[in-house]
Amino acid sequence: MADAQQVSLTIEGRQVSVPAGTSILEAAKTVGVLIPHYCYHPGLSIVGNCRMCQVEVEKMPKLAPACQTAVAEGQVVHVYADRALKAREAVLEFLLINHPLDCPICDKSGECELQDYTYREGRAAGRLQDPKRFNPAEDFGGDVQYVTNRCILCTRCVRFMDEVAQDTALNVSERGDRAVIGKFEGRDLTHPWAANVIDLCPVGALLSKDFLNKSRAWELDRTPSVCPNCTQGCNTILETRDNMVVRMRPRSNLDVNHYYLCDEGRLDYRWMNRTDRLEAPLVRRGDRLAATDWDEALRAAALHLNGKRAFVLASPMLSNESLWVLSRIMKHGGGAGGFRVRREPEAPLPGVPDLARRAERAANVRAAELFGFAKSDTPLAGMQEGDVLIVADHEVAAADAPALAKASAVIVIGTTMPELVSNAIVALPSTNVAEEDGTFTNLRGRVQQYRQARAAPGMSRPVWWSGGDLLVFLGERAGYYIASEAFAALAAQQPEFAGMSYESLGFKGQALAGQAVAAGGAAR
Amino acid sequence: MGFPHAPHAKETPVLSQYFGDPAARTVAGWKQRGGYAALEQALGMSPADIVNVVKESGLRGRGGAGFPTGMKWSFMKPGDGKPHYLCVNADESEPGTFKDREIMRWTPHALIEGAAIGSYAMGAETCYIYIRGEFTEPLTVMNAAVNEAYAAGIVGPNAMGTGKRIDVHVHKGAGAYICGEETALMNSLEGKRGNPRIKPPFPAVAGVFGMPTTINNVETLAAVPHIMNRGAAWYKGMSHSNPKSTGTKLFSVCGNIAKPGNYEVEMGFPFKDFLYDMCGGPTPGRRFKAIVPGGSSVPIQTMEEAEATLMDYEGFVAQGSMLGSGGVIVFDDAQCMVKHIARFARFYAHESCAQCTQCREGTAWCTRILERIERGHGTMEDLDTLLDLSEQMTAKTICVLSDSCAAPIVSGIHKFRSEFEAHITGKRCPMGATAAA
Repeated sequence: MADAQQVSLTIEGRQVSVPAGTSILEAAKTVGVLIPHYCYHPGLSIVGNCRMCQVEVEKMPKLAPACQTAVAEGQVVHVYADRALKAREAVLEFLLINHPLDCPICDKSGECELQDYTYREGRAAGRLQDPKRFNPAEDFGGDVQYVTNRCILCTRCVRFMDEVAQDTALNVSERGDRAVIGKFEGRDLTHPWAANVIDLCPVGALLSKDFLNKSRAWELDRTPSVCPNCTQGCNTILETRDNMVVRMRPRSNLDVNHYYLCDEGRLDYRWMNRTDRLEAPLVRRGDRLAATDWDEALRAAALHLNGKRAFVLASPMLSNESLWVLSRIMKHGGGAGGFRVRREPEAPLPGVPDLARRAERAANVRAAELFGFAKSDTPLAGMQEGDVLIVADHEVAAADAPALAKASAVIVIGTTMPELVSNAIVALPSTNVAEEDGTFTNLRGRVQQYRQARAAPGMSRPVWWSGGDLLVFLGERAGYYIASEAFAALAAQQPEFAGMSYESLGFKGQALAGQAVAAGGAAR
Repeated sequence: MGFPHAPHAKETPVLSQYFGDPAARTVAGWKQRGGYAALEQALGMSPADIVNVVKESGLRGRGGAGFPTGMKWSFMKPGDGKPHYLCVNADESEPGTFKDREIMRWTPHALIEGAAIGSYAMGAETCYIYIRGEFTEPLTVMNAAVNEAYAAGIVGPNAMGTGKRIDVHVHKGAGAYICGEETALMNSLEGKRGNPRIKPPFPAVAGVFGMPTTINNVETLAAVPHIMNRGAAWYKGMSHSNPKSTGTKLFSVCGNIAKPGNYEVEMGFPFKDFLYDMCGGPTPGRRFKAIVPGGSSVPIQTMEEAEATLMDYEGFVAQGSMLGSGGVIVFDDAQCMVKHIARFARFYAHESCAQCTQCREGTAWCTRILERIERGHGTMEDLDTLLDLSEQMTAKTICVLSDSCAAPIVSGIHKFRSEFEAHITGKRCPMGATAAA
C-alpha cells in the first residue's frame, strides 16, 4: 500500500517514521535496532509465543511484545529499559533450563540465536538445580534431523509447513514442558521445499543431515550468489570452508525467493567442488592434447576459426557475460549456436507467488535464448558441414556424436573435458559459478549478480575472459579483465540491458528493460 | 449423582432455586416455574434495550474476570453484515469450582433462555455451548434440553414464533483446562489445538471463525432471564458492600469444611458468616488455616484476611485475593501448604498449552522446585528463585495461565513462609505428608 499513512515514533531515542500497521520490531529494524526475537519471522504469521521481543512502551502498563504491537503516533519505545532487559533475561533462562548446553557439539553453534542473545542479554549462570528434561532425537525425513532437546517451540517450522509449503506435516505435540514438534502420523518432511525449516529454526533443533558435523559456523566464508540449478534464480549464500563449497543457503530477496530455497537446489552444490577439472589450456600435438600457455592456445583456436563459420554449443549455466561473448564469437563468422536444457517436474512453493523449482534446470536459459542460442533437444541439428564446433561447458550426449563428425575442428571451452569429444584441437579451461563473478537472467528477465566464492583451479578463466581474448585474436574489440567490464560492454550493446551496471544491480537484481514483473514480486 | 443441600436461611436462591428439582429440567417444568417468559419479553424488545437492561443491572462476568456483561455485549456492533456468535463458556475446569455444572444439571433451560436472550441482543443467530469434556451428566442434560427446546420451537429458525433465528449447539470439549480461556475455546471450537490467541484482534472484532464473538460464562447467562423478569433495579439491589458488585453469586465450597457444596449469596455477604455459619465451620477438632476463595488461580488468603472479607469483586481484592470463579477451597490446620501449593503448580504445569516460554518452562520448573522442597531437599535460595520466577511469569504471556500458577506460589510463600522454612531446615515435611508422586 503505497499511500499508507505514516506513523512517527521514537525507538531508543531515534526518530522513526513507518507506515501505519508496522510492528515495533520491524520499525526498530529500520533504525538499526535489533529487538531479540525467536518466534517472529517476517515470512510467517505472528504468534507471539516466545515472549522474547518484549520492550517497554511509555504509557503502557505491561511490557509490549514488539512483534505483535503495532506502532502508534508519538510512541516512545525503550528496548533496553531495565524492566524489558529483566524480562528477556528471564525468557532466556527459561529457554535454557531444558536446553542442553552442548554448543561444542552443536552444528548451530556460532549462528544460533539462542547463543547470540544469551551472550548479549542472558544470565551468566542458570539457577536450575533439578535434572533437565530429555527427549530422543528424531529423523524428520528429507534433509532434516530434529534434535528435540534443543527445541524452543517457536513453531516457525510448523508455520512454514502450514502456511508457506501448505503441506501440514508438523505440529506441536503434547503440552507444557513435555511439548515437542511432532510429525503427523505417516508424514515426513518430503515436501520439495521442506528443508527451509532448517534455516528458519533459530536454534540447533532442526539440522541439515547433509551439513551435519561438516564445519563450525565460524570457519565458513560466505559469498552472495545465485542458485544456478533452475531458471528461478533464487538468491543464495555460498558457504565455503578451505576453498570447498560446503553449504548453499537462501539469501532473502522479496522480488524472487523471499527467504527460501528448494531442497534440490540447496543440496546440488557438490559439482562446484569437482576435482577432475581442466586446469591448463591444451593444444593438440599429434595424437594428444598438451598443456600450454593461454597465448598459444588462443592463437591456435583463432587460427582454426579464421574464415570459418562457428557453431557454438553453449551451456545455459554460463553467465550473461560469457554467453554474450560467445554469441559474438558465434556471429563473427556468421555462425549459429544452440543448447539443450534438462527438464524435470516443476515444484512450486504455494505460499509465495511465482516461486517454484522450475522445470528447466539451468540458471540462464533466458539469456542464452536472448543472445541467439537456439533451445533444442538436438542442438547440433543446425550445424553445417565444415563448421568449427565450440563446445562451451555443454555436455555432449551420445545422440550428438554423429553431428560431431561434420565439424572441421572442435574447440572445447569448459570446466571439464566433455566425454565423447576425442578430437578437440584446443581446450580452454573455464571457471564455474562458484569461481567467478557474473550475472544470470532468470525466467522473468531479472538480472542478478553472483560473486566468486572459491579460487579457480589452475589457469582456468571465466569464459567472458578467455572468449574476449579470443575475439581480440580474431581482430575484434574486446578484452575484459574484470566481470563488471564485460558486463558494461554487454550493457552498452544489448538494448535489454541498457543502463545496467554492477552498481545498479546490487545484490537484489534488476529487471530487463520492458520486464515489469519480476518473479515472486507480486506480493508478499 | 448427588443432590444439593437444602438452602440455608441466609442464602438467596435465585440461580439455585430449582437445584434438586428434576421437574425443572423439562420445557414444561421450566415454563411452570416462570421460565421462557423473559425470552418472550426480550424478543419483543429492541436488542439495544436489552443491552441497556443488562448494563443497568450491574451484572458482571462470573467466569473469573468480572467484566461488565452489558458493556461486553455492547461491543458487538449490529448491522456490520457479518455473522455474530455467542459462545457459552461451560468449560468449567478451575480447580475448586463446580457451580456451572450444577446450573446445567438442574436448570439447563435457564442457560438456554439466557443464551437465547444474549444471542438476540447481540445479533447472533448461532450460539455454541462449549461443555467441558469430563462433564458427562451436564452434557446429557444439556443435549436433552436443547433438543426439547428445538422441538418446542423455543430456539431454531423461528424462535418463539417470532421469525427470528437462534440456533443453539452443544459442543463437547476434549478435557483441556486451557480451553476455558476464551480464545483457546474458540480455537478448540474451530477444530484447532486449544491455544490462546494473541490480542488484538479481540473476540468482539474477530472471534470464532474470524467473526464477531462474545463469550459468556454459564452463570452470567443464567442470571439474565431473572434480570429480565424482575428488573435491573431488583438485581442491582442485591449489593451489600460495593455498588459495582451486584446480584447473587454461587460459591462452590470444598476442602476441610463441615458442609461443602454450592451456596448462593448476595454480593457483599460477610465471608466469616459464610464459612462458619452457612458452611458449618471446620470439621470437629480442627481449625481453618487458609482459604483459596476463587478457584486455584487466585492468591491464598490467611484466615485473618478471609474473616475480614465481604464477598464481592472488590471485597476479595481488598483482602489480598480475588473473587475469581467463586471456587472456595478450605485448608485446615492438618494440611501442608507446601504440598498443596506444589499440587496447584503441578496442575498448571500439566495444563500449560506450551506456547509462551515463561509458562511452558516456568510452571514445570516451579513444580520441580516446590516438590523438591516438599521432599525436604529445598534450600532458602529456592524461595527467592520461586518468587523471582513467579514475577517473570506474571503479566508477560498471551493468557493468564502462568499468572495463575504464580498467584498461589507468591501468596503461599509470603503468607506461609514458616512452613516452607520448616521443610527446608528440617529436611522433611513437618506435617508427615509427602507430595503426591
